[in-house]
This record gives sequence, C-alpha cells and structure tokens, in this order.
Amino acid sequence: MTIRDVMQILDAELICGEQLLDTEVHTACGADMMSDVLAFVKDQSVLLTGLINPQVVRTADMMDMRCIVFVRGKVPEEQVTELAVERDIVLLKTPLRMFTACGRLYEKGLRGGC
Amino acid sequence: MPPLTFTYQVPGDDFTRAGEASGQLKRTLKKIGFNADVIRRVSIAMYEAEINMVIHANGGEIEAQVSPEKIEIWFRDQGPGIPDISLAMKEGYSTAPDNVRSLGFGAGMGLPNIKKYSDTLEIDTELGVGTTLHVIINAE
Repeated sequence: MTIRDVMQILDAELICGEQLLDTEVHTACGADMMSDVLAFVKDQSVLLTGLINPQVVRTADMMDMRCIVFVRGKVPEEQVTELAVERDIVLLKTPLRMFTACGRLYEKGLRGGC
Repeated sequence: MPPLTFTYQVPGDDFTRAGEASGQLKRTLKKIGFNADVIRRVSIAMYEAEINMVIHANGGEIEAQVSPEKIEIWFRDQGPGIPDISLAMKEGYSTAPDNVRSLGFGAGMGLPNIKKYSDTLEIDTELGVGTTLHVIINAE
C-alpha cells in the first residue's frame, strides 16, 4: 500500500510530507520505546508511536523509515515537523489508539516484517 | 589513501539535539556511496553512543575515520565512567533517569545495541575521568 492508503485506513491527518504520499510501504512497527526500534526493527517503513519528541524522527531517519504515525491524537511541536521535512519523512496523526491503529493496518495487509 | 576524518562535538545539555552528529555522518556515508546495510549499522551504533554521551556524560567528542574497508569511530567523554562494564552490557540494565525514559530511551539497550551492530567494540573507562568507546564497522 502507499502512505496515502495508510492515511485513509487510519482516518489520519497529514502533518507534513504531502509530496511523499505515494511512497510504497510494506511493513510497520508500533513502539514507544525508541531503543527497541533501534534494536529489533529491520526494513520497516512505517513507525506508529505515542511519543512526539524529536528523537522519534531521528530514530526513524536512522532506520530509513519513510512515515511516522502519531497515535492517540498527539501532535508534535513545530521543531519536530521541521526535522521531518528536512529528512523527507511523512508525519501523520490519527485519533486511534496504538492497538487499533496497528490492527487496522495489519488487516489491510501491512506486516511486521520480521 | 588515508582515511577521511570527521569530528563532532556533542553538547551535553540538549537531549533534543542528540543524534545530530549521527545524522550528519549518515548523510556523508550515503554521499560517498556505502551500501545501505553498512550505513544503517554505523547510524544505529553511533546514535546509541551519542545518546549515551548526552544522558550519562554531559556530552563529548566523536571522531570518525572513514575508509573504503571500514568505518572506525571513537566516542570520548569526560563523564563519571562505567563502574561495572559487564552489567552495563546486559540487555535491560539501565541507570538512565526517568525523564530520559519518557523520551523513549533508557531501556538498557544502548551498549548491547552498539555491540550488536558493530564488528569491534572496545570500552576504556575510568571512574571519575571518563569513557572512550572504540567502534569498528567493516564495510566489506
């Protein structure tokens, strides 16, 4: 699916990265612990998280992830968005909670990847 | 050809900027044309070490030497030192404060992750003086 599909499936709003919405994504990871993302994630392109600090964007960047979805309606500060724009990472926000957001994406074919 | 050397100062007082040096080296390695797997291993190891410097040692200095065969990095800090290295290497063991945990770090995965993604990890530490991590990642 594309990031645009992810956005529709999660009833999400775009925060930044409109030009990248047609990027294909196949795998995702849901985590609030960035150390675990760095330890266990391989080749995932979407990160779902309830954290909204700049380290989320930096972690995604290190792992070559293309899209971050903030769950539970959280909105990051401007500096986080600026960093994501600089690193070519799409930011989305959804009112859904983590479990439901992951479940919806899984149901539509997105996988954990490892 | 001598290796290319890059040095970075890591400020100790601003957690939001931790990872800036890792991001810079990552983009440099990309431009040079290293393969994606090597770049990711360097990025993760360096990012974890950089975060550690900020959390535990009030920042420090990073020196990276890049050659076609390997990427060699020294992380030097003047922090409190590591009292028990084998304990610090244990997955899940952490001495990070709560405010760091609330940012998604301090899960006790830093040093284990650095070891996991590097080919060589040497730790030279002295209590009250500081710590130097020497990391080598082979590119071939």
